Amino acid sequence: MKNIPLPIDRLLSRDSIAKRLAVDLQPDWVVNLGIGMPTLTTKYVKAEQDIVFHSENGIIGMGPPPPAESQDDDLRDAGKNFCTLIPGAALVHHADSFSLARGGRLDCAILGAFQVAANGDLANWRLPGDPTGNIGGAMDIATGAKEVFAMMTHVNKNGEPKLTEKLTYPATALSCVTRVFTDMAVISVTDDGYLLEETAPGISAEEVQFHTDAKLKVAANLRDIAA
Amino acid sequence: MKNKKRDSIPAALEAVQDGDTVFFGGFGTGGVPIALIKGLTDKKLSGLTIVSNNAGAGHNTIATLLQSGAVKKVICTFPYSRGSVIFNDLYHSGKIELELVPQGTLAERMRAGGSGLGGFLTPTGLGTEIAEGKPHIDVDGKTYVLEKALRADIALIKAHNVDLRGNLTYRLAARNFNPVMAMAAEYTIAQVSAEVPLGEIDPESVHTPGVYVDTYVIDKGEYDE
Repeated sequence: MKNIPLPIDRLLSRDSIAKRLAVDLQPDWVVNLGIGMPTLTTKYVKAEQDIVFHSENGIIGMGPPPPAESQDDDLRDAGKNFCTLIPGAALVHHADSFSLARGGRLDCAILGAFQVAANGDLANWRLPGDPTGNIGGAMDIATGAKEVFAMMTHVNKNGEPKLTEKLTYPATALSCVTRVFTDMAVISVTDDGYLLEETAPGISAEEVQFHTDAKLKVAANLRDIAA
Repeated sequence: MKNKKRDSIPAALEAVQDGDTVFFGGFGTGGVPIALIKGLTDKKLSGLTIVSNNAGAGHNTIATLLQSGAVKKVICTFPYSRGSVIFNDLYHSGKIELELVPQGTLAERMRAGGSGLGGFLTPTGLGTEIAEGKPHIDVDGKTYVLEKALRADIALIKAHNVDLRGNLTYRLAARNFNPVMAMAAEYTIAQVSAEVPLGEIDPESVHTPGVYVDTYVIDKGEYDE
């Protein structure tokens, strides 16, 4: 296959990925956000979606970051950033917070990923060669959430595809990812593997396929990601 | 009524000994018993196993304890934070052991430990390195991993208000691991912000009942940076 360079000038920004992903959050969903890029999603959720954000450290109904004068060391999110509570929020301890996650009350988790496999396996806690890694709440949350949206760049820093046929990195949870939002595409994980549904404006299905290490089926109604 | 109150951090820490397993409450900056951890560092103990969400960052409280050589093993969920150089150095030079545990599993192991249970069955970790070597048990057609209960000799926790019986309330997200740690330790020591008269904490609003608290000390700020 001829080399197709990464279309660097047409890749979506992190904010554009977040904006697209936010559209898929259904009204009244309880949603957990992983640390890093997933937290951008809160900027693009509309009030009428009435999303209840769960933070693993016991917050059900997390609100946006506060102004500097009302930051409180007792109120931070999973990534240790200052946050607030929405009206009607509830606070629980850690064991109850993870009961919520494993117990089927999380409609969706938005998680970063090192790799996603075509059967939905997720790797996001340890890179090969790292002797320890960081698990945090990722294993419980990926296992328990009804939908897991992986939010990530399409390739890693070395230009290698992060969407693969099988994981080559240590797994976080098996068969959990339902949809992948990258800087190139929106891809669903189906019983039959990856389904390419949307591409970033100006990026072709052929380009996405070249930078993906698994076969992509292309949706009949393949469309541009709405800007 | 048993006197649980101690007048100083060193007096509150009298029960902690070499070789103990010690829980540290807190997540990020919320609910971390900083004065107690600093006081523990000053005691210059050895052979401790500490259980905490993180393994210290930069030169903060937990990192300083690790650097002092008092700790032989860390049980945590997230060892690497930005600038967790002290843990890194100790781990890579083989001076400290690590047991990495998923966060929900860690909290549930404590709840089980404080509830008279030997362990619990969880779907978390199935098919991953975390489940290797652990019994897998099928219940009604679903497979689970057996995780054992976790108890400690000592819990160091932080709360907001306390009364004479040791009943505790927590502020906001400072609750985190503190209640389950208090349940699962042989001896629980609480660093609190304020003491209120008996009866002032509404019984319906007690977060940790005093039966789980052996000792409390009011943080007077002398260990602040």
